[in-house]
This record gives sequence, C-alpha cells and structure tokens, in this order.
Amino acid sequence: MSPHVDDIKVGETRESVLVDDLKRTRIVQYAGASGDFNPLHTDHVFATEAAGYPGVFAHGMMTMGMTGRVLTDWVGIEPLLSYGVRFKAQVWPGDTLTATATVESIEDAPAGPVAQFSLRTVNQHGAEVVTGTATVRLES
Amino acid sequence: MTGHPFPVESGHILMFARAIGDENPAYEHLAPPTFTWASAHFDPDCHLRPKPGEEWFGSGAGPGVMPEGGGGLHAEQHFEYHRPVRVGETLYAHTVPGRSWEKQGRTGRLLFSERITEYRDADGAPVVSARTVAVVPEGPATPKSGEPANSSTGKDDTR
Repeated sequence: MSPHVDDIKVGETRESVLVDDLKRTRIVQYAGASGDFNPLHTDHVFATEAAGYPGVFAHGMMTMGMTGRVLTDWVGIEPLLSYGVRFKAQVWPGDTLTATATVESIEDAPAGPVAQFSLRTVNQHGAEVVTGTATVRLES
Repeated sequence: MTGHPFPVESGHILMFARAIGDENPAYEHLAPPTFTWASAHFDPDCHLRPKPGEEWFGSGAGPGVMPEGGGGLHAEQHFEYHRPVRVGETLYAHTVPGRSWEKQGRTGRLLFSERITEYRDADGAPVVSARTVAVVPEGPATPKSGEPANSSTGKDDTR
C-alpha cells in the first residue's frame, strides 16, 4: 500500500489546485461536516458587526483538510505517519488555493524507510496560507 | 475506555470528504487524515455548536456577541498516526492541556496554549495523537483589519 522507496525521489514535487474561487457554501459544508459552527466562518453579520472582520473566512482546519489531498493523491492514506501545519494567513471566499508537496529527505528508520515531505499552500496572490510537514512510510 | 466515544461513520466521512474536496476512493474504508477533527460532533462539551436552551453567540435579531477569549485563533495543528482510522470503528477521545507560552507581538503579547487529544480504539491502543496550538492576543479584542493576522503581529504563528 505504501509507495516503494524507489518510486519517490528527494526533490520530487507535486502541485494541486485545491479550490478555484472558494465559495461561502463550501465553508458552510465544512462547518456542517466538522461540527465547528463558529459563526466567524459562516455568519457574515456576526463576522463583520460583532467580531470586526471584513467578512467570513474559512476554518484553518478546512485549509489543512484540503491541503492533505496533494499528499493523499500521491501516497495514499495508509502510509501516513504524521501531518502537521502552521496557519499563516486567513483564507477568504473567492480565494484560489494551490498546494505543493516536496520530498525533503528519505531516512532509514528502524521500521523501514520514511520520507519527509514539506507542504505549502498559497493563495492567488502567492501568499502562504498554510505550511507544513508530513512523514510517510515507504516499502523497501 | 475513558474519553468520549467517536463513532467513525461512512456517511459522516462522505460529507467531510466532499467539504474538503478530497473524495479519495479509499475513504470507503479509511478516514481522511484530518477527520478526527470532526469528533467535535460527538463531544458533549463542544462549545462551537448551538445547544437547545443555551445562548448562542451568532447573529439573530442582533449581530451576536463575540465571546470572552473569542479573539483566539488556531495557530498550528499536528497529527501523528499510529495506524489508519477505519470506517465502522469507535474511537475514544481524551483531551488534556499541553504547554503554554508567551511571545511578544508587534501589537502586544500573544498567549499560546496547546491541547493534546489522544484517540484510542476499543482496546485502548493509540490510533491518532492530535496537538492543537491556539493563540490569543492579550487584552480586549480589537477590530480586525482585512490583513491576515500575521501581518499585524509580525509573527507567522497566527492565521
């Protein structure tokens, strides 16, 4: 199930457009599915008048979830050992997000080879919204 | 098992996978990597959903009220996978506070705190370890500009 160590090369990279022109309805979908109904993300009146934001913005965890696809499309789900991100900037309705995964290193761990990936998601202005890392078990 | 039960259901995964735009065929049997976040639905104490008979802070006739500490943001999220999460199993989520620390931002002190959630299976074996880092600016909530939080603080810890 895991990718073979010979099929993954250090420096190799994959890019994926996660969403084009993010719609508010998608944020509502994520609120419903995740159970995070914080009105900051779905309630324009609250976000602007009570919280002082220019409008609603996506859950950070929605961006992390979307970013995961660049990894799961590449290596699958089973070999994932870790996945972590830092939230760098808000994602707003209308944003187009592109994620990049890069193989940073391949190390021989006691249980077999492990690939370390860096992850980066940017918006249509090239600004980072999420950066992160993941480790993936490889077959040898 | 200790912790609140989190049944991993296929219909829930379908909705979650659609929301994040990752409809991998493997999700028929396995959960997406960030799916444990959705255990909030099964957390009896989750304060981010309206509950019958309790005041909800979102808009209605009025614009709603920003709650105390509502200026907090999610700074980091980390998952460690001990094994994949399988459709049909029940996990047990147990959350404890982690470290806390402060940093000086451009507009004041930033208070960081960690929350660690262990998801275990019915046998008590660890399945997913989750670490959440939240950041709250000290002092009263101030109106937000259109700028991302990190450009107002000069730090990259906030979103």
